[in-house]
Amino acid sequence: MNKSCDLVVDLSEVTSADLSRVGGKALSLARVAASGARVPPGVCITTAAYTRYLDLTGIRERLPFLLGRKAFSEMRWEELWDLALRVRNLFVRTPLPDALAEELRKALATRFGWIPVTVRSSAPAEDSSTASFAGLHDSFVNVCGPTAILDKMRLVWASLWSDRALLYRQELGLDPSDSSMAVLIQELIIGRCSGVAFSRCPGRPHLAVIEAVWGLNQGLVDGDVEPDRILFDRLDKIIERHAPQREQACRPVVGGVALQSLSADERGTSPLTDADAARVFSLLRQAEAHFGAPQDMEWTERDGDLFILQSRPITAAGTAAEGDERSWYLSLHKSLATLRNLRRTIEDELLPAMEQDAQRLAAVNLTSLEDEALAAEIQRRSGLLDAWEARYREVCIPMAHGIRLFGQLYNDRLRPEDPFAFLDVLTGDEGLLAVQRNQALQALAEQVRRDPVLADQLRDGCAPAPDTPFARSLRQFTIRFGGLSWVMGTAEDEAQALITLVLEMAKSTPPRHSSDRQAREADYLAAFAPEDHSLARDVLDIGRASYRLRDNDNLFIGKLSARLREAYDEAERRLAQREIAVLAELIAPEKMRVARRTTANPLSFQQPAALPGSRQQARQLVGQPAGPGLAQGRAHVIRRPEDLRTLKSGDILVCDAVDPNMTFVVPLAGGIVERRGGMLIHGAIIAREYGIACVTGVPHAIDLIHSGDRVTVDGYLGLVTIEAHAPGERPAG
Amino acid sequence: MTVYAGRSRNPLPVSLVQTERGGHAGPMSDAVESDILRDLCTGQNLAVLATGTGTHPYASLVAVALTPDLRHLYFATPRATRKCANLAENSQVALLMDNRTNQVSDFSHAAAATFLGTAEEVTGAERDQGLAIYLARHPHLEEFTAAPSCAFFKVRIDRIYLVTRFQNVMEYHFSP
Repeated sequence: MNKSCDLVVDLSEVTSADLSRVGGKALSLARVAASGARVPPGVCITTAAYTRYLDLTGIRERLPFLLGRKAFSEMRWEELWDLALRVRNLFVRTPLPDALAEELRKALATRFGWIPVTVRSSAPAEDSSTASFAGLHDSFVNVCGPTAILDKMRLVWASLWSDRALLYRQELGLDPSDSSMAVLIQELIIGRCSGVAFSRCPGRPHLAVIEAVWGLNQGLVDGDVEPDRILFDRLDKIIERHAPQREQACRPVVGGVALQSLSADERGTSPLTDADAARVFSLLRQAEAHFGAPQDMEWTERDGDLFILQSRPITAAGTAAEGDERSWYLSLHKSLATLRNLRRTIEDELLPAMEQDAQRLAAVNLTSLEDEALAAEIQRRSGLLDAWEARYREVCIPMAHGIRLFGQLYNDRLRPEDPFAFLDVLTGDEGLLAVQRNQALQALAEQVRRDPVLADQLRDGCAPAPDTPFARSLRQFTIRFGGLSWVMGTAEDEAQALITLVLEMAKSTPPRHSSDRQAREADYLAAFAPEDHSLARDVLDIGRASYRLRDNDNLFIGKLSARLREAYDEAERRLAQREIAVLAELIAPEKMRVARRTTANPLSFQQPAALPGSRQQARQLVGQPAGPGLAQGRAHVIRRPEDLRTLKSGDILVCDAVDPNMTFVVPLAGGIVERRGGMLIHGAIIAREYGIACVTGVPHAIDLIHSGDRVTVDGYLGLVTIEAHAPGERPAG
Repeated sequence: MTVYAGRSRNPLPVSLVQTERGGHAGPMSDAVESDILRDLCTGQNLAVLATGTGTHPYASLVAVALTPDLRHLYFATPRATRKCANLAENSQVALLMDNRTNQVSDFSHAAAATFLGTAEEVTGAERDQGLAIYLARHPHLEEFTAAPSCAFFKVRIDRIYLVTRFQNVMEYHFSP
């Protein structure tokens, strides 16, 4: 076999024997075509090209460095995002070796010239009868010319390592290192309408369903365009039709596809007549008969001709119950259009409503309530918090995908060495409430710095006179930011805790903010052609909103938590004086629940008795570099909210997770070490805002590091080194 | 959103589905360090022994066996060797054991343990006891150790430094 034949094979020549080199999708299409159905003509770039790329570029050797930092099963979704982003950037930054590129370019130029094509994944493990990788790997529509095709091909290869694909392989027990990827290049069929057809309607498996949209079906599979739905019974009769409010269609534009408004005619008409739907249904039946299994088929129609774009078996796993966690995780991947809607919902509805609820609760005079009424109030507040947290999960977490969408575009265009360089375009956001809160605290600290008499007075424990500027600022702070009681304790001692914090902050000058936001933004925009600036700005705008909201929305939740905590405090105060059954039964479990939100890892790690007679201690721990910098200092481990009070300027803050409601102490910290991992977690975001060295994703950080240990935080390499253990510490073992 | 958006698959592994707020990272899936250390000590036959006198430390490969409590390590060496001469002057030693396979995966999967301790030549009953452990591990060295010119050493281990995942370092300090 000659080399070109090894690398590129025409779809019409693919046989079952080629599965391992052309992948499941290509083989299915070849079989469909062989059965007489129409498929867009094209070629498959075999897995040999992928293998050669990995071997010749050294990526095969570099991948284990990225993947081996932490046990996969210990990673949270933020960490999976990070991992996939790092891998993707590795592929983006590593060009094809010249000889390989030349060979492929020649084959593609001969076959397609400048005809627009689709570039799609076709992994050998994909779309078998037991495993379907639907939606896990990337596809690109309307790509023109060999260079652009080869660029997209690398992205398709990288998607073998996407967070979603990694998760799925983990579930199936597949090692991604052993996986491979072929790439399918087909002529783009610009369909009048397109859609999917499913032999078994999810939730109603006795029916088949066809979904149809105007234009290309990219909008449908991305979830941006609501389709018409047509349900068929076993007798092949249409029994239901659902028409959405048709607004947009996905259509080809220069360099890709875009959502465009429908004409008035299209809005008012279903993309499929009953007769056309019956033709699509008949095609589905043919595919079922050919493959001998229920199918999940993608189709398009052009000038009356129906094309099958893809047909794969519906796997057992494909019928998993709605609402399972995978479905939720996959739904985090949002398009720009969906993110815009989410942003509107959060900014215009959620946050104002949360603020309103918090204010309404604050207006309730708890001390005047009867015991029964107080119990009811606790339940009301608890229920309200639960409801808002559910909304948070449903709406706010998916919004975080905006950061990633921006990061991906940034990395694709600028190909930076640091895959997280894009964060520098997002930091320095004046709209970040946590930063505003810290600025207000710094202003209080500045008043203390300038007034030695006031400082002495506060240090001696004297409350500031109520009519002084400092006392007024303190009150304003509490009104604006809801105080710090949620993490600092009861309202009574909150004021003192706040003063202690301000005194500590007054000892040193605040850290500098990173300030090259404008320059980075200009670099970013300069990477786009003028006609793409609008899209670039839109994505940046969503990225910034996402970054800001990711932190801010938690502070709103924090305000509601503070109101719940306040009600508990009142109940506790009463319980200390007398027995009140109705309150006592509420307090115990609920207290625990609230505590879990703020304190460290409840399932504290118990190092097994390692070696008899030995004392075990950590010397160096590996995490993820989340904030560049090198810091050395005394560790201060946060196990309970109260521990925040004793943080000293320059201490290394070691915690399970920096809760957004505790970021006010961050400017005091010399460095941050966190068990929870990822670049998008609050600790990392706020550390980056202040230019503080930060390492996240350190397993069991609060158990392996002890307050008083002398530690070095290497925010470049993601290492925490314990130089000297605190005197008297007897680590586990 | 269509019924197909986010097409359902199997549920996520439990450790990955915790909610945003709070929660634990899930049980450790990898072997705990002490198990890795035990595997290393029972699985590896050879270690690099570092002895030192004069200007340069000296490294040599030796066949080793450890007691089950990992407190003591045995090795044998001809008396005329450089290491034997060094040990006569300085009994402080370091040994390195690792499970590398000379593959790229070593960077993330290999473990290495550095042992710090004091070596002394053993004789009499103590030698017999140690030799039993040693020969159980290296039966082919019976003739070698039986030679009058072969010295049999016991290292009392004070500390073990275990490196996993390329950079993760755990220390084990034995009380004297």
